[in-house]
Amino acid sequence: MNDATQLISIFSAAMAVSFGAIGPALAEGRAVASAMDAIARQPDSAGTVSRTLFVGLAMIETMAIYALVVALLVLFANPFIK
Amino acid sequence: MTHSPLQTPALLNVGPVAITEPVIVTWIIMALLVAFAAAVTLRLDPVPSKAQTFLEVIVSTVDDQIRSTMLVEPGPYRAFIGTIFIFILVANWSSLIPGVEPPTAHLETDTAFAALVFCATIFYGIRSRGLFGYLATFAEPTWIMIPLNIVEQITRIFSLIVRLFGNIMSGVFIGAIVLSLAGLLVPIPFMALDVLTGAIQAYIFSVLAMVFIGAAVAGEK
Repeated sequence: MNDATQLISIFSAAMAVSFGAIGPALAEGRAVASAMDAIARQPDSAGTVSRTLFVGLAMIETMAIYALVVALLVLFANPFIK
Repeated sequence: MTHSPLQTPALLNVGPVAITEPVIVTWIIMALLVAFAAAVTLRLDPVPSKAQTFLEVIVSTVDDQIRSTMLVEPGPYRAFIGTIFIFILVANWSSLIPGVEPPTAHLETDTAFAALVFCATIFYGIRSRGLFGYLATFAEPTWIMIPLNIVEQITRIFSLIVRLFGNIMSGVFIGAIVLSLAGLLVPIPFMALDVLTGAIQAYIFSVLAMVFIGAAVAGEK
């Protein structure tokens, strides 16, 4: 019983991170692409754009971090593994 | 970090109270910050020294950020927002010292900060609008939104906790994994990335605190 729970926990932790990373990865790609576009159009505003970009990237990355935290909860603080 | 990132083993016991490593690091950082600020501000000079100029730059930057984010005069909020920003920044960067694990990589520290932000939101909201004025903001735009607004108050604090914890803890965790797999000096690029992440997360945490408090006191003259 416990072995099966551990097996499923490890599998679902890997699933959580791998699928949870897809959305933020696509979103970060889009954000960087638009920022590059904006800087190419208006090189003067590169400072403002890149500062906003970093903050926005950190916000997007948080979604992947949530998945990572859930995976760690499943691995290290799983209530069903005695 | 070889143990689970969600547990903090006790280092020593003072009576019934277990003292863990984050507690000690937190107190050392607090002592250093207070000592530095006290040492500089006790000898304020119209012709500023280097340290005084440094502090003045920090204070005026925090003031500018508060003014542009909250659209109010920074006076009542400078101490709270500034303290949160500087402490989280120093705590995040404390991982650069060998053997020190940043206290923000533990859930308890982040929970304490988010609880402070939660209480500050209510405190400033009641102070600027009055108790009933503040409660009335939950019924905006209509009374149907009351449950949603209450849930939002709690979930945004949770996301504040998990955001800071996850970012800093994952940095420490990845560093430890790379160190155990590849060996000495290899984690240095990851640590350089951690410096950037730490600064951005400290900034985001304080900006979100500003946004929450700003929303609670909106319309104040």
